[in-house]
Amino acid sequence: MAYEPVIGLEVHVQLKTVSKMFCGCTTGFGGAPNTHTCPVCLGFPGVLPVLNRRALTEAIRVALAVGCKVSDKVKFHRKNYFYPDLPKDYQISQYDEPLSENGRLKIKINGGEKTIKIKRVHMEEDAGKLIHEEGGDSSFVDFNRSGMPLLEIVSEPDINSPEEAYRYLTDLKLLLRYLEVSDCDMEKGSLRCDANISIRKKGGTGLGTKAEVKNMNSFKAVKSALEFEFERQSKCLEAGERIIQETRLWDTDKGVTVSMRSKEEAHDYRYFPEPDLVPFTLEAAMVENERKDLPELPEARKARFIGALSLTEYDAEVLTQDKDTADYFEECVKFYNKPKIVSNWLMGDVSGYLNAKNLSVRDSKLKPQALAGLLKEVDSGKISGKMAKDIVIEMLDTGKDASAIISEKGLAQISDTGELEKSAEEAIAENAKTAEDFLNGKDNALMFLVGQVMKKTKGKANPAVVNKILRDKLSKK
Amino acid sequence: MDNLYSLTAGELLGLLDKKTINPEEIIESVYSRAQSVDKKIKGYLNLDREKALSRAKDLPSSGKLKGIPVAVKDNICVEGELTTCASKILRGFKPPYNATVIEKLKSEGAVIFGKTNMDEFAFGSSCENSSYFPTLNPWDTSRIPGGSSGGSAAVVSADEAIMAIGSDTGGSIRQPASLCGVVGMKPTYGRVSRYGLIAFASSLDQIGPFTKDIKDAALLLGVIAGFDEKDSTSVNVPVPDYASYLKNDVKGMKIGIPKEYFVEGMDKEVEASVREAIALLKGKGAQIVDVSLPHTEYAVAVYYILATAEASSNLARFDGVQYGYRCEDPANLLDMYERTRGEGFGAEAKRRIILGTYVLSSGYYDAYYLKAQKVRMLIKNDFEQVFKSGCDCILTPTSPTPAFKVGERSADPLSMYLSDIFTISVNLAGVPALSMPCGFTKGGLPIGMQLIGNFFEEGKIFNAAYAYESNTDWHKRSPKL
Ligand SMILES: [Zn+2]
Repeated sequence: MAYEPVIGLEVHVQLKTVSKMFCGCTTGFGGAPNTHTCPVCLGFPGVLPVLNRRALTEAIRVALAVGCKVSDKVKFHRKNYFYPDLPKDYQISQYDEPLSENGRLKIKINGGEKTIKIKRVHMEEDAGKLIHEEGGDSSFVDFNRSGMPLLEIVSEPDINSPEEAYRYLTDLKLLLRYLEVSDCDMEKGSLRCDANISIRKKGGTGLGTKAEVKNMNSFKAVKSALEFEFERQSKCLEAGERIIQETRLWDTDKGVTVSMRSKEEAHDYRYFPEPDLVPFTLEAAMVENERKDLPELPEARKARFIGALSLTEYDAEVLTQDKDTADYFEECVKFYNKPKIVSNWLMGDVSGYLNAKNLSVRDSKLKPQALAGLLKEVDSGKISGKMAKDIVIEMLDTGKDASAIISEKGLAQISDTGELEKSAEEAIAENAKTAEDFLNGKDNALMFLVGQVMKKTKGKANPAVVNKILRDKLSKK
Repeated sequence: MDNLYSLTAGELLGLLDKKTINPEEIIESVYSRAQSVDKKIKGYLNLDREKALSRAKDLPSSGKLKGIPVAVKDNICVEGELTTCASKILRGFKPPYNATVIEKLKSEGAVIFGKTNMDEFAFGSSCENSSYFPTLNPWDTSRIPGGSSGGSAAVVSADEAIMAIGSDTGGSIRQPASLCGVVGMKPTYGRVSRYGLIAFASSLDQIGPFTKDIKDAALLLGVIAGFDEKDSTSVNVPVPDYASYLKNDVKGMKIGIPKEYFVEGMDKEVEASVREAIALLKGKGAQIVDVSLPHTEYAVAVYYILATAEASSNLARFDGVQYGYRCEDPANLLDMYERTRGEGFGAEAKRRIILGTYVLSSGYYDAYYLKAQKVRMLIKNDFEQVFKSGCDCILTPTSPTPAFKVGERSADPLSMYLSDIFTISVNLAGVPALSMPCGFTKGGLPIGMQLIGNFFEEGKIFNAAYAYESNTDWHKRSPKL
């Protein structure tokens, strides 16, 4: 029997605010354990939370970007459970009235598009981190992460393959990077993902018993874990067994999911409204301001690159897959208004170099204005396209301007007709047979002569000029 | 002067102004008074003469309370000083920060004096639930002082402090003030910052003053009130000059008498004293009207659902991980949680945590917590209706009985819960209320009356209270110790 997976994703994103969600501590990554803490994020007796307004506006921006309706009320709940890394033994989160609901994200899949509905985007605070002593039986707690502002983005179970899940995560991350609200670094824990997966007969409509999969630390791991789960659940049903609702952990090394706890032991979180944070009304004007202030998002930017800048669909897609690259491209076009040429260089030699050195375009020594400068030199005929390919590598290595490299190395093309005429005459004289061939109608014989002139000038001759001189001289014969 | 301890803050500030005394003399006088009488009362958990004296030497050049010793309930954080909520689970805890009220007191020159005893985590109405020792009533040491701020009420009553700070979640300032014959006030919810008050029930708790008279209450509230950006529930409205409300004139003031507070079975002497007080105010020109607060009968039930729900969550953080008590040699994490909390909390705390956990658990939330929230709105609405009808204040007894005997109700938690029957509605509504002496029983026990005001209208309460006090001398009586 053929099955299909039904997948919903819960993505936790750490917002890039300067201070934590409810206190003034830094959100900076790293730092010795428990150095980025204060009585508030340590949950000391008597202290009270105060909402970070910046975290709220960033959350609103994300909600708007995924098309959610932003609630006119901001209300927090307490989610109660005991865990040593949770300093108050409750987490401040949003429950029955989340910040926003009913959004969507269009993902690109199999050459087409699919819309994944987003159930809700809400705010909550992060917990700390447990560190277990290696080889010993002690555990330590680091509260540096405690109270970090998080967004939880919950999709509807609209995802029907591990590939779709992968695309969803990639496109969501791209969107968040465009909004500049998070660095979305899974290694630093600033983006985390849990997946709910059930299976059903292909084309069916109902929902099966789901498993929740946690502990996946890369998009690839999400995809692999979902593939594994799909197989496992399919085999389970084929064998006539019942799937139990449970939480499973992904074991990257073994490539399997393992059961963590069953529904029977599930928490009763005893949610209730957080009495220390009085609900308040969000002003519509404030939300509208955030909406107006949203940057151009990837889809719109791609469309503009195709429409206004006449790029191909492929080029536009590649350039907008990374906000930094797209910004870089546009900056370059500002100085050199030939988008297709800039695109070719960026996607070709420049990205080849950066990929090899594992550098981001933003960290590159080659600044957009400098790249534009190089391309102008080619246009003016001062250097050839081939020379430019060598020069750009040096620019990437050293950060120097094209003009500096050209003059330092004496790379400027020879367009001085006097010198070239002399070489051309020599070339014709040395290759009389070839000259003859040309005059007899063999057009590509001329290319050989151009090559000879280039050789004599050590490649510095301007091929177009050489071409013209040779034709002139031969026609006079 | 050797009896400085018996004076009010107002009187002492006058003497300080005239430079006939200095702050150290006040500290010495109050400290030696406490030395001699606290053996009988046991109002203090911590009292350090040297610390108080050094604080008195290091005062700002001016301040509304300059040189006045103020005792502080043990659930309010004082930097570097033991703050334990009279609970074993916080034994040894010294907060690295001051509560906002402590900062405000210090900046006005008050001398933070000692930490006063209380019912553990403010759970109780008798001050017998401290994990250290019970505090006793200065008027009759075989009786309880009331709770949970019994220590703060008792030390002011016994002249062991000039003023004190307490907290009131369901009557914990007003009830002990009434039973100890002093003035105690719960301000409007949001009027005084809760930052640094170790929470019992966040939506009900409010810090307030204990004083010997109304003038001092107005003075102390004026110092601790005001918006605090560290407390999201504090309200940003200006604090008026409460002293300007201290007028011996209630002509035209409309005072409501809720029929639900004068019911069959209440103590006859209490009722008689309160009725006399009403007559006195009427004689001074106040307009006395009958009003109704129809949802009063549900207040105790609603309170014990909401307060325990919040408490169960607020007390979750005492888990043995970061501070306070941790059980010896836990076998594993669960064992640590269970034994730390099992050994650290007293019986009443456990009772309330279990009750609160139950009312929040899935399947019961709607029936209990949500329902209680709805009834709370009705109770609040009752008060709003009365004030909308033009009443300036509502007058009721504070406690249905005078101070009861130690141990009398401890075996029966429900009868103990009824001690706060006249004070609880006020916390549920969030309005301000004050308790002040209005008589004594034949046996010499203080009787208190409660004046309730509209939101942020503490001033009107002070006006009515001051007019009453100016025409009586109950507040001048002192227990014989
Ligand atoms: Zn902090």
